[in-house]
Amino acid sequence: MLALLTLVSGVMAVTTRQIFRAAIFLLFSLIGIAGLFFWMRYDFIAAVQVVVYVGGITVLIIFSIFLTQQAGELLPKQKPARQLFAGLAAFSGFALTMLQLLQHSFTATRESSVEPSVENIGMSMLSVETGGYALPFEVVSILLLAAMVGCIVIALRSKPVTI
Amino acid sequence: MMEPGLYHILFISAALFFIGMYGFFTRRNLITMLMSIELILNSVNLNFIAFNKYLWPHKLDGVFFSIFVIAIAAAEAAVAIAIIINLYRSHQSIDVETAEELKY
Repeated sequence: MLALLTLVSGVMAVTTRQIFRAAIFLLFSLIGIAGLFFWMRYDFIAAVQVVVYVGGITVLIIFSIFLTQQAGELLPKQKPARQLFAGLAAFSGFALTMLQLLQHSFTATRESSVEPSVENIGMSMLSVETGGYALPFEVVSILLLAAMVGCIVIALRSKPVTI
Repeated sequence: MMEPGLYHILFISAALFFIGMYGFFTRRNLITMLMSIELILNSVNLNFIAFNKYLWPHKLDGVFFSIFVIAIAAAEAAVAIAIIINLYRSHQSIDVETAEELKY
């Protein structure tokens, strides 16, 4: 059910010709993925998914649509040849992946599982011992900071041009 | 009807990845291309979580990878939208065919 929601709205998001509807279908697709995370009992990841993607990125995309698009304007129709070749490439890639996947058998470990609770995630996120994730955490923090500063610089640059 | 397992999740994520790829090939609008990239990154997240749940449940590596992927995707989307809005200000269009020159 969730998979159906995710896939159908994903297809609609890339094929509909109204850009605003595409954004709304993308929203439903992301909600479906968050539901799949809930179904797999990874509550923290599902919550992060809802907050960051559904709450953040989709709103950002919708705002940028409002800023750059005239209302009610349809996207130009694509060339059929390009659509055909893109569909062919995507489908053959999908078929190849599924062929490989169905021939492969995975072996799971027998060790006891760790509960993916917020406490465990937080403890190993900030641990500096072997297997801890303190260094990638700091690197990602710096990356986010740099990205935000870069956004501000990009947004400010064209001010002197428009007298 | 069998119990949904690893293969079903992998099927969903592969399908989502190639839907995103199809959108990336066909669309010529920068915002919709960005939306396709979000779909692709989400399919990767789904893959990480599924492998973590079904194959390596004694570690939390997949969870961390997906958290970092989400963080980097957020940064990437913010930068991309800043660039798109700046491009729209200077070119009045966000079609990739019209954005040919690197410096204006």
